[in-house]
Amino acid sequence: MEINFTPLLPAAEVLLTALTVLILDLFLEKEEKGLLGWISLLGLAIAAWMVFLLRGSQEGAFQDTYILDSFALFFSALFIGIAAIALLSSLHYLKETDIREGEYHALILFSTFGMILMASANDLIVFFLGLETMSIAVYVLTGMWRARSASSEAAMKYFVIGAFATGFFLYGIALIFGATGSTHFGRLSAFLAQPGLEAPLFFHAGVFLLLIGLAFKIAAVPFHFWVPDVYEGAPTPVSAFMAVGVKAAAFAGWARIFLGQMTPVREDWAAALWMLAILTMTAGNLLAIAQTSVKRMLAYSSIAHAGYLLIGVVAGGDTGGQALLFYLLTYAPMTLGAFAVVVALKSGEQDCESYSDYAGLGWKRPFLAMAMSLFMLSLAGFPPLAGFAGKFYIFRSAVVEGYTNLAVAGALNSLLSVIYYLRVVVLMYMEEGGVEGKSLAAAPFLYAAIFLGVVGTLYLGLLPAAALDLSRVAFLSLR
Amino acid sequence: MELFVGDLSLLVFLPALGALGLLFIPRRMTSELFVVALGSALLTFLWSLWILRRFDPALGEMQLVERISWIPAYGIDYFVGVDGLSLFLVLLTALLGPIVMLASWTIRDRVKEYLFFMLVLETGMLGAFVALDLVLFYVFWEVMLVPMYFLIGVWGGPRRIYAALKFVLYTMAGSLLMLVAIIYLATRNAEVTQLLTFDLLKLYNLNLPYAEQMWLFSAFALSFAIKVPLFPFHTWLPDAHVEAPTAGSVILAAILLKMGTYGFLRFAIPLFPEAALSAAPFMVALAVIGIVYGAMVAMMQADLKKLVAYSSVSHLGFVVLGLFAFNLQGIEGAVYQMLNHGLSTGALFLIVGMIYERRHTRMIDDFGGLWKQMPIFSACFLVVTLSSIGLPGLNGFVGEFLILLGSFQTSPFWTAGAATGVVLGAVYMLWMFRRVVFGPLTRPENQRLKDIGPREIAILSPILVLILVMGIYPRPFLNRMKPAAELVIQRVEGKKAAVPLLEGVTERKEQPVRGN
Repeated sequence: MEINFTPLLPAAEVLLTALTVLILDLFLEKEEKGLLGWISLLGLAIAAWMVFLLRGSQEGAFQDTYILDSFALFFSALFIGIAAIALLSSLHYLKETDIREGEYHALILFSTFGMILMASANDLIVFFLGLETMSIAVYVLTGMWRARSASSEAAMKYFVIGAFATGFFLYGIALIFGATGSTHFGRLSAFLAQPGLEAPLFFHAGVFLLLIGLAFKIAAVPFHFWVPDVYEGAPTPVSAFMAVGVKAAAFAGWARIFLGQMTPVREDWAAALWMLAILTMTAGNLLAIAQTSVKRMLAYSSIAHAGYLLIGVVAGGDTGGQALLFYLLTYAPMTLGAFAVVVALKSGEQDCESYSDYAGLGWKRPFLAMAMSLFMLSLAGFPPLAGFAGKFYIFRSAVVEGYTNLAVAGALNSLLSVIYYLRVVVLMYMEEGGVEGKSLAAAPFLYAAIFLGVVGTLYLGLLPAAALDLSRVAFLSLR
Repeated sequence: MELFVGDLSLLVFLPALGALGLLFIPRRMTSELFVVALGSALLTFLWSLWILRRFDPALGEMQLVERISWIPAYGIDYFVGVDGLSLFLVLLTALLGPIVMLASWTIRDRVKEYLFFMLVLETGMLGAFVALDLVLFYVFWEVMLVPMYFLIGVWGGPRRIYAALKFVLYTMAGSLLMLVAIIYLATRNAEVTQLLTFDLLKLYNLNLPYAEQMWLFSAFALSFAIKVPLFPFHTWLPDAHVEAPTAGSVILAAILLKMGTYGFLRFAIPLFPEAALSAAPFMVALAVIGIVYGAMVAMMQADLKKLVAYSSVSHLGFVVLGLFAFNLQGIEGAVYQMLNHGLSTGALFLIVGMIYERRHTRMIDDFGGLWKQMPIFSACFLVVTLSSIGLPGLNGFVGEFLILLGSFQTSPFWTAGAATGVVLGAVYMLWMFRRVVFGPLTRPENQRLKDIGPREIAILSPILVLILVMGIYPRPFLNRMKPAAELVIQRVEGKKAAVPLLEGVTERKEQPVRGN
């Protein structure tokens, strides 16, 4: 049997880098381990270059269970970028904590590999493999700061709840397989496209179980209880990676499975998801207001943003799908940047994550405060920043597809979110006392990560046309 | 002269360029920072005069139009232009730019950021007045919010954080719903015409069913009513004004509030004429309640800034009253009154700022008999006060008279109510003036007060000149507004027959409308 290896290249490159890092780690002295971060970044750069070379491809491998279409390429590029920024913002963090660099970098890469697998899956089982590869790597990452009990606690919580969600997902796959005789997306579509189809009840149950499994991964309310503790306990760069990467990968699943294959059975899930979207936005925002730690606030804010993203899934259709992909693109730089600023405030043993630590930052570290203000304003949806562009297209997709009520709910929720995002800005510029934060000289790569976040936030807000085109092409390749 | 960016864009982005320039000047070089900021504000003003020269007074359509495709896939353009309705608001903004820079001369704290935000704010305001694409307008509309938030929150008074947050949340509450309405409107237009566009002039032609119009009008109107602020959405205003630094109050009163009334005139009314017609009695009622309520509350204030703030609520009620008369006098009067209020209330806040800098109090009771110590100041104050109460011969009279003339034709009952507001306005302003400027000079602190110096005279004199000119010779202003105002009226008149619900309004509108 002939195997077409071309579509596997980006994923294989990431995997290969991960293995290289893991093996090299054994032979390097402690002070030389800084090299591993650079090897990881180099590997990601090569993978990104491969994605670029393969653009426009539409090829399958392994009997078409793995497919590299524009959709997969879009997400591969996104994951690679997210991993790169997360790595940049952790280089310094790792030195301050006793996290082992070799394993850390390798795990980030493994998890990125899993994400790419999820986005490229054309079969429920392959998707599941990707989901598990990603999740298990992230469980370990969460608990990597072993000296801190919160980190281990978070890992345990995340693992138990994640395993639970996996159970739902797997059972859903089993039921769907039972009803259709296949896990391959192509044959699933063919099955659903039969005229006058009366799918057995357990098929619908299977769809619903998939939905619950994925809802856990994106932390939709009421499946969100693990998020605040896990995000708070995990090392901050890992929280950023989870908030953006894991979320984007899970939404790749939502897009491919629910907006792609499951569109014919929309009635099964659209209404439930409508409810879920509103609950997620509202609960996320309301709970975020009550937080006293910026990191925890960002955790709840990521829940709220999952709610906005779900609007795109509920709206469905081409506009919904494109808006969803574009939102993920805009969500990445601002959230990664915000978490990177949280990393920058950490000083020695102190985490400095509470609101009061941010007081007066605007006059002590003008760049950090300016960047953080941009991220906060962007997350709150102020134009002309990325967050506004993302919201604009998500709301538009809701209106176009006849869900104006969701757009109104989203708008009112944005108002709620202004309260807590602006609180950070208020403290940075209008109060005194608080911590110093790292200087540029102390953490140049962290600053580079923040700078990339600023550039992305401004670029996607001011000139979104090119990125919108990319999202459109990517989503339409699912059709 | 046609630069590659276009004349209007240059006007809009000149202050932003100045703001960028500030970033390259070290923080400690305060006087250089001031010079650059003042210079770019002055350049902007001079350039706005060039815009005035290029403006053709005979045309009602948009002029100096520029259109660059921004997000082509979604029909969003960078699309700007001015007509007679926005021209003078643009000029007012550009005029107040250098004035507030001069008034900020005494700021010593974090000068660089302060000037930066002032200039960004100016770009936001100018952009909002010239934007003709709904998304572009929304972007500028929100861009104004952030610098104002910082100006109040960082350089404001003791309760600045509360006031700043209240200001942002109130404004956002309206504008986010407006965003959804904008999206909905463009989507409906795309369904009808198969063309996805956010171009205001194209969207004017869309005829939506009455029920949909009503919803969309409500969303737009809420956003603008909060900004105006129309009773009962005004509670953010006194807080914001009292806490804001002088320059912030001036800009807030003189220009930001005009965004609300301008929004009604440019967007809410012509986009949804049927809805606007049927909402008119309601809006007029709110406006008149605002006029009387604002005046009565202003009367009882002990704090000068609060008094001026509540007087704004009252004065802007007049503007809304004029707008919803839907006739030439009403609309021209409303636009004229927007300018008047910008000048006179702007000047009042400057004046309050001047005595606050000397005495560090704004309580009326702390003053009295100032004319002995500060004769020039008192003279300026008097002119501004008289302009604010609408003394014939000064600008306020022209605006108020036209508004009352216009609105009397459509709702005589409410106009009578509004006229009492004029009387009340005279009462609280003159009473305040008497307590501050006349009477015996009792307080020893006030006996050492110095009169205003050349810088402060330079700040006030352009405004005083305009107050006189606009009061004596309003023609050049009204002439330029007229064609554009007529277009708005046509748009509304054209729809009048289509509103079967509104027999009453239709009948009364049949009266001949005389031009100026």
